[in-house]
Amino acid sequence: MQPNDPAIRWAEEPKLGLAGKMYLPLFFQGLTTTARHLVSPKVTVSYPDQEPQIDNPLIYRGVHRLNKDEQGRVKCVACFLCATACPAHCIDIVGVESPWPDREKYPESFTIDELRCIYCGMCEEACPVDAIELTSLYNLTGRSREEMVFDKEKLLSVYDETKDKEPMRSLPIAAPRPE
Amino acid sequence: MYAELILALVKIALLVGGLMTAAAYFVLLERWIAAWVQDRRGPNRVGMPLTKIKLFGLGQPLADGLKFIFKEEYTPAHVNRGLFVLAPIMILASALAIFAVIPFGSAIPGQPIRGWLGDDSDRPIELIAAPGVNVALLYVFALSSIAVYGVILGGWASNNKYSFLGMLRSSAQLIAYEIPLGLGILGVVAASGSLELDRIINVQADTGVWFALAQPLGFVVFMIAAFAEAARLPFDLPEAEQELIGGYHTEYSGMKLLLFLVAEFLHMITASFLIVILFLGGWHFWGITGAGEAEVTWLSAILRIVVLMAKIFLVILFFMLVRWSWPRFRFDQLMNLAWKVMLPLGMVNLTAVAITVELEHTMGLSRWLSVAIGWTVCIAGWLAVAWAAPLAGDNRPRRELRPYGIDSQV
Ligand code: SF4
Ligand code: SF4
Repeated sequence: MQPNDPAIRWAEEPKLGLAGKMYLPLFFQGLTTTARHLVSPKVTVSYPDQEPQIDNPLIYRGVHRLNKDEQGRVKCVACFLCATACPAHCIDIVGVESPWPDREKYPESFTIDELRCIYCGMCEEACPVDAIELTSLYNLTGRSREEMVFDKEKLLSVYDETKDKEPMRSLPIAAPRPE
Repeated sequence: MYAELILALVKIALLVGGLMTAAAYFVLLERWIAAWVQDRRGPNRVGMPLTKIKLFGLGQPLADGLKFIFKEEYTPAHVNRGLFVLAPIMILASALAIFAVIPFGSAIPGQPIRGWLGDDSDRPIELIAAPGVNVALLYVFALSSIAVYGVILGGWASNNKYSFLGMLRSSAQLIAYEIPLGLGILGVVAASGSLELDRIINVQADTGVWFALAQPLGFVVFMIAAFAEAARLPFDLPEAEQELIGGYHTEYSGMKLLLFLVAEFLHMITASFLIVILFLGGWHFWGITGAGEAEVTWLSAILRIVVLMAKIFLVILFFMLVRWSWPRFRFDQLMNLAWKVMLPLGMVNLTAVAITVELEHTMGLSRWLSVAIGWTVCIAGWLAVAWAAPLAGDNRPRRELRPYGIDSQV
């Protein structure tokens, strides 16, 4: 692009008045801003003493859960879309033929390495049946690496733990959709 | 005979211990203020060691110090080893040695203390490690210039381009700011007739007019130059983190880095001592502390120490607030400010002071008239600078540039 390109918008620097050249407005502006912030309310959350306020738990990206349908079965149909979408390659699924008539496959084992996960939420975006969701549990800790690899039971138990607070984002697959 | 020696050693121990503690706690204060200004809470967890008492984070300096001591001290392979080790020692040693001539109070009654030490005189004990040095100001400025050697050696020995740039900036800044600093001081020296810090305080206490009130222009010039000397924002170009990754101490770690950081805080403390002593009346406060030559009692001695420390604390607080108030100067702006603004203003102030001092001596010019002259000169000088505006550069876009002309401009 050349300097005389019509697409360039040239901004003029405002002209300084006498007061501006004496640095006085800047001096007082700077100090008053500083002083105002010095006494203004603090935004820090003193974490262990005080729980953070999560504005909207439904869009928070914390620990995963595997949703259950209304019969208490895992909703996942082992389509591997989440594992494919996952940029961190931390989802490991073993799909086998389903014992139920309403789907072809279901996951025999489903593990997520919560340490490798970057909590991007791609898996949730990818899932066609809304089986995998990210909850608002943020304080995830463990004593070993193995403990942080969540298997199917653990992920389903996260669902049981959070289902009242955070309803599933879609209706069960068996039910007829509203549209 | 031994009494003086013991007293001197006690004073040195008090000074070094006090200064190191003060530097550590000013680091904490700086972190608090940084946090508060940014709407955070700052360090408030570390309290008494081995207990659960939090004490607003007052244990933080201890934890910081321990951390520095146990950190790996890594010396890169490409450095000049001798100078690399010498630099932090030099900077800290000179920063500490300055305090030999700086009074940290007025004087305390000599009576019981001298008695214990087997000294039969009862002269008051002056609160200076080396009392009666009549070129104290020269000593301070000689040593504070040596401190810059630490920066230069550190930058050179590190053999790293960021350190090197920081060091170059530091040298240029030193040359630019020593002169206005000296001019600011000359006004005080001319008005008080002494280079001894004690005498300078006494003159202000006797007349009751602090030099900041009598020579406001000199005060402003000295203040700005002191900020630059202490390399504090808005003049912290030698270490500008965003540009130089810490400048001259980029390659340092562990204890050596600690020495640099402590020395930096000591410079700030020195600068505030000088500002307070030269311009803000030292330990003097109207109606509380009495005149310079008044009889020394325990009450007045303690009051004076309290007043002095309170003033120094306030000046340091100002240093720390300024850090978050104004953006850093660009290097050419810094040089312009030093050479085109502060140097002439310092000269104007010195001339004005010389004239008023002469008139006071020969024609008995009243003190209030000379204060009025000082303020007139200050306002006039400042207005003149604003009118001439040597700092307001022409940053307007250059539309008439031919294509590719921009490269040649750069
Ligand atoms: S949140 Fe992102 S990284 Fe974590 S499992 Fe889902 S897709 Fe993978
Ligand atoms: S995308 Fe959904 S249904 Fe498919 S494997 Fe993953 S969790 Fe199961």
